[in-house]
Amino acid sequence: MDFGFSLSPSSAIELDTLDSALYRKLCRIEPGARTCIACGSCSATCTAAEHSGMSVRKLLLGLQRGRKAEVERMLSNCMLCGKCTMVCPRGINTRRVILTVCRLYDNVEGTL
Amino acid sequence: MLLSMKETILVVGGGIAGMETAVQLKALGLTPVIVEKNSSLGGHVAQWNRLFPDMTPASKVLEPYDEALKEVDIYTDTEIASINSLQKEYAAVLSNGKTLRCKAVVFATGFKLFEAEKKEEYGYGIYDRVITNRDLERWFDTRSDERVPAKPAAIGFVHCVGSRDVKAGNSQCSKVCCITAIKQAIEMKELFPDTEIYCFYMDLRLFGKKYEDFYINAQRDYGIHFIRGRVSEVAETIDGRVQVKAEDTLSGKPVKVKLDLLVLMSGIVCDRANNELARSVSLPLDEDGFFRSLDNIAGVTRTDRKGLFLAGTCSGPKTVPETLAEARSAALQVYQYLKAKKK
Repeated sequence: MDFGFSLSPSSAIELDTLDSALYRKLCRIEPGARTCIACGSCSATCTAAEHSGMSVRKLLLGLQRGRKAEVERMLSNCMLCGKCTMVCPRGINTRRVILTVCRLYDNVEGTL
Repeated sequence: MLLSMKETILVVGGGIAGMETAVQLKALGLTPVIVEKNSSLGGHVAQWNRLFPDMTPASKVLEPYDEALKEVDIYTDTEIASINSLQKEYAAVLSNGKTLRCKAVVFATGFKLFEAEKKEEYGYGIYDRVITNRDLERWFDTRSDERVPAKPAAIGFVHCVGSRDVKAGNSQCSKVCCITAIKQAIEMKELFPDTEIYCFYMDLRLFGKKYEDFYINAQRDYGIHFIRGRVSEVAETIDGRVQVKAEDTLSGKPVKVKLDLLVLMSGIVCDRANNELARSVSLPLDEDGFFRSLDNIAGVTRTDRKGLFLAGTCSGPKTVPETLAEARSAALQVYQYLKAKKK
């Protein structure tokens, strides 16, 4: 029956049920990834960001919130120039974080 | 060289600010008298278990005062009924009927912890799994509080409860809660390593020495999750846990989580019980309800009234070391004031 409207699925993040296994694996290899304070320096300096939406900040947050597809899309735009590593005030080796995440996707998901 | 002065100085309040002021006044050759409304000295620090950022036991901070205050007159369970300004001194009438003549008064009346039940949406006093920062400190001491479960799977901390909240009547930042939440989160993680811990914050204000390192430790070594967003409401689940709702402002999406324990970081707010006292000596209050200093840079412990001084959190939220430093400063200000008067 058509009531003239439909329900869209909830966009709420449920912290206790989401799948953050990849993030936890990343943090075991790169504990520094946990120290991100979401300042946005990485995205601001990123050459690819402007055209592709690449952002290490969003990548780390996406992994914590279980948004694997979004992270995968972002990763494919990274050129591994390492500018984000230069500007990170927490000293996170963001370039290595990106490579680690790629490796994890390869192992776990068989993608990329 | 010390002036030979035996003048009596009234110190209102026997928390760390009052005690330290009295110790220093005594060392300067003056005669401090502490009037404390509670039955024992130590104020809020006496209700705390350990202090940031070095996890110093609070009792260790208080310990030296037993000895140091031996020769100081202390009235506990006593309030100030009124203070009258005489020509060259003040006369304080105490609730025990005594009248104290003194050359100066140091207000070290401290603060109140925000009453968390006023933020009804957080469920303090309504749900069994919601406690405050002070309750948790007491639990660290006693290990007895039926609201704290034996094996919590998830614990949440809500920053800024009653602070930076115009509707709660407190626009000020309470200053010490960010670092206290991080301290308590780390302590809980040490006790329950498998527990997920979430801190819900608006901003993290980690201004003090070692605070930022503490934060980095909490993130990197303890894996504590920091969620930027103010908790909007708390509800009880059918199995007696609590569900917290907030916005994950970094994702721009609503966020929900079920917890076994929720700790509300009640902030430092002014103690309105002092309003009457302040009015009786024409001491102005600030808009935030705290005592107004002469100025907020070089005159924090002074007031615009002769012979009246401030020490500690009666003039605004402060840490323990700041309070102690201010108490020492207030004692020196009193000394300088009396010295100038003698000339």
